[in-house]
Amino acid sequence: MTLLAIENLSKRFSSGGRAVAAVGDVSLTLEPGETLGLVGASGSGKSTLARILMRLLPADAGSIRFEGEDWLSLSGTDLRRHRARMQMVFQDVLGAFNPRATVASVLDDPLRIHDIVPKAGRAQEIAALLDRVGLPASYAGRSIREVSGGQRQRIAIARAIATKPSLIVLDEAVSALDVSIRGRILELLVELQEERGISYLFVSHDLAVLRAVSHRIAVMEAGRLVETGPMRQVIENPQSPAAKALVNAVPRLVTQPTEGPFHDV
Amino acid sequence: MSTLCEIRDLTVTYRGQRIPALNRIDLDIVAGERLAIIGESGSGKSTLARAVAGLLPLGAKLAGEMRWSSGQPPLPGRDLGFVFQDPSSSLNPVLDIGEQVAEGARRHLGLSWKTAYVRALKMLERVRIAEPQKAMRAFPHQLSGGQRQRVAIAAALAAKPGILIADEATSALDMVVQAEIVSLLDELVREAGMTLIFITHDIALASGFADRVAIFKDGNLVESGLTGNVLASPSEAYTRTLIASHRDLATPPLIREAAP
Repeated sequence: MTLLAIENLSKRFSSGGRAVAAVGDVSLTLEPGETLGLVGASGSGKSTLARILMRLLPADAGSIRFEGEDWLSLSGTDLRRHRARMQMVFQDVLGAFNPRATVASVLDDPLRIHDIVPKAGRAQEIAALLDRVGLPASYAGRSIREVSGGQRQRIAIARAIATKPSLIVLDEAVSALDVSIRGRILELLVELQEERGISYLFVSHDLAVLRAVSHRIAVMEAGRLVETGPMRQVIENPQSPAAKALVNAVPRLVTQPTEGPFHDV
Repeated sequence: MSTLCEIRDLTVTYRGQRIPALNRIDLDIVAGERLAIIGESGSGKSTLARAVAGLLPLGAKLAGEMRWSSGQPPLPGRDLGFVFQDPSSSLNPVLDIGEQVAEGARRHLGLSWKTAYVRALKMLERVRIAEPQKAMRAFPHQLSGGQRQRVAIAAALAAKPGILIADEATSALDMVVQAEIVSLLDELVREAGMTLIFITHDIALASGFADRVAIFKDGNLVESGLTGNVLASPSEAYTRTLIASHRDLATPPLIREAAP
């Protein structure tokens, strides 16, 4: 059964007296265990779409079905209960945490709020979550500010999987990380998906990152979905001008010996 | 090829820190070259840029030497332009674009405001700002990130400096805009015969247009050389790791490709 179906979703913002369609009539679906890479330039509406999906912003029109529920009409206790099934990991790893929190309290919150594990078992569950994302259990007592950017993103992932979600929305989740750390975080995400059947909506402006983890890719431009298809099809044979521009913009590693005026320096 | 600056045994330690941000660096900057300084967070690449530009914060301790061929360090703004990662913080939010670009030309080229404004308009055309006449009267917040970075480049180049330092100047931009800004910088620097020092975390981006690269890690210079030589046959393990960590559209995906 389709996990997520977004239909004709729209959202307008007013900017300088004009109404701008941040998201215009977007429809897309996501299957269990699938990663959909959502790519577009700055201002294409991809993050707005992710925020509507997370119920951080209201939509103007359209509908979302998630796990068979009318997701946009859920409210109160129902919404809180179902939120456990849809989690999010942001780009700004420090801004996504209470700066005074410890690693343990960050992971304890979702376990308590969503009643995942009774109090007596939480320390053990926190240790298991840390272990699962490749961090030692001794990290539990540290302040969230004491750990490195890559470790903090592992903790954000641990927090996201704590509630046993079926979908995680990743909004530029590796963009701020150094390249050597980025690869290991992507590997962790793929492992977790294979192990738990989690679906990802992976929002990024970087096609090289999406290529590593996405089964399908959707391209947004100026609020509209301009192209969707299997990963290889979109990257190897892009149809829309937006997809072509994104493919051409990925820096290629040039390893040819240098030519030109500095050849003999 | 003449050496513009010989950096010898340069160590920089920020106030209150015990460990230097840059540790005994030896590096030559060649006049007219495009030199990429490559490193991850904490590598010291921005510290090097600031040391070269004379823009280290007060209280930073500097040891070693920077020998400039002209006999004295370049004057920021006149001899050396600097483009930062975040154009919103390098532009003054309450001055219109025209004044900000004209200011450098007026001050350092001794132009009148009127002539400086003419030069500013020309610079905005050079960096291909859409509707440059209108942009002259706009404020930074009215432009997109990519347009703001073009303005920052125009302002940095307004006084015709011989050296341009771009410190992660494209990192906050999306990939399409990044590619445009890199080709713009490349073109401007080539035409004017300027020296470009391009600070980046992205080895692939540098590989596309730098003449030489210098790889930094934890405040140390790991290796430097002609771009093609370092990328084709890196002599240090860390450089090999950086190259291996790079992902582009030819890297095998991490997922099993049969869709679920």
